[in-house]
Amino acid sequence: MIEVKNFRKSFGSKEVHKGITFSVKKGECMGLIGGSGVGKSVILRSLIGLEKPDSGEIFIDGEEITRYKENDLVEIRKKVAYVFQGGALFDSMTVYENLAYPLREHTKKSEAEIKKMISDQLGEFGLPAAEGLYPANLSGGMQKRVGLARALMMQPKWILYDEPTAGLDPSNTRKIQEHILKLKATGITSILVTHDMPTAFAVCDKMSFILDGKIAFEGSLDEIHQDKSGIVKKFIDGEG
Amino acid sequence: MIHALIASTPLYLFIIEILKFFGGIGVLSFQLLRDTFKGKVYWKLVVEQIFQVGNRSLPLVVVTAISTGMVMSLQFGLGLEKFGGKLYVPKLVSLIVLREMGPVFTSLMVAARVGAGFASEIGSMVVTQQIDAIRAMGTSPLKTIVIPRVIATFVSLPLLVALTNVVSNFGGLLVGYSELKLDPNFYVLKIIQTVTLMDYFSGFLKSFVFALCIAIPSCYFGLTVKNGTKEVGMATTKAVVVSSILVLVSNFFLSKLFWIIERLT
Repeated sequence: MIEVKNFRKSFGSKEVHKGITFSVKKGECMGLIGGSGVGKSVILRSLIGLEKPDSGEIFIDGEEITRYKENDLVEIRKKVAYVFQGGALFDSMTVYENLAYPLREHTKKSEAEIKKMISDQLGEFGLPAAEGLYPANLSGGMQKRVGLARALMMQPKWILYDEPTAGLDPSNTRKIQEHILKLKATGITSILVTHDMPTAFAVCDKMSFILDGKIAFEGSLDEIHQDKSGIVKKFIDGEG
Repeated sequence: MIHALIASTPLYLFIIEILKFFGGIGVLSFQLLRDTFKGKVYWKLVVEQIFQVGNRSLPLVVVTAISTGMVMSLQFGLGLEKFGGKLYVPKLVSLIVLREMGPVFTSLMVAARVGAGFASEIGSMVVTQQIDAIRAMGTSPLKTIVIPRVIATFVSLPLLVALTNVVSNFGGLLVGYSELKLDPNFYVLKIIQTVTLMDYFSGFLKSFVFALCIAIPSCYFGLTVKNGTKEVGMATTKAVVVSSILVLVSNFFLSKLFWIIERLT
């Protein structure tokens, strides 16, 4: 379970988060939505300690992580995968080396085992011939899929998606959606930060909508449609 | 009101910037020491960086070294010839190269080439979230990015300086023979008679300190890039300027230190 309680963070004199609280149960996929600049990615980054809140608590599987130092976060980070918006692939390494990186760092697997795992993973993501390519030789969609493939190499329990479909064409968007749904079916808990509402509706079980530094709405997809205040609907329709 | 006015003055901002820099360098150096001696060092990455820092700097360093030696030989030759002191050229050139010019010129060249490379490469990795990705996967950017670069510079720069010492003197010899009509055997003999181990090491040992003056600030400026690609350019400029200044300033204090040691021994 992922739980965020009374998350507050300011940048300079601007208070961006004014007490965000939400929780995601095991196996659930939650969409974190809101306008640009409301700090969705900052919350996501804080869930693995890449940012620290000014106050508030973050629980990952019952462990409060906001006071953890960089070394204490290693075990959490092995279990929580972060899928970066642009893939964040290491451009000096090939696709194979990118995927091998977490395994070489954290496991004692032999090179033959690593090779087999990477080959299977790239096959799963429809990129069997990409092993020897450098990120610069991949399209945007392929980079995102390799980024997702790399994030999954350590078989995480939780996945945090930061705009996984931003800038993709419909075909690549559909491929990413399919991967997210497949992972969800395996019982992985996830949080999806996105502006891509069709994807959010396709893969999420519930959504939290951030407005003015607070969660203005939290509920299932059905509850969004039935919401009488209409704030989420206004956002989705581009009126809010 | 007065407080706000003071806080916006260029001098105040400059002092804050300097304090931030030294604070940041202090913290980074402490973490580097701790992680180098406590944790795992990625020797494969160190070797890759030695190739980048050392091997790739060779042409620049060799050209700088040979031209410096040739120019010094020529200028001293022209100047001293008027007083019949042309025979002192080998002594002067070799001493100046070994004690000062060799380590300082090589370090300045490396600061420009390698310092700029470190800052821009690491800065670009910050902007494209590659540093975040390293952290997000539970690994340390210090161990995978900074330590290999610092160790590689620490190993490569002294080797480059040793090479500069030889090449510069060879340049001096070439001009001594071709322009000043000095016998090459005499030239080499004079160098051997003049130069002591203290002369050699007082220059060579400086290069270890210069390596740290180049590598640590350059990595620091790369890592502290925040707001997009514009800052990568600024970080690169700062890395070259600051590491060059640190090399020049520390050179004075190191020369003074070796001077004291020589007097004591």
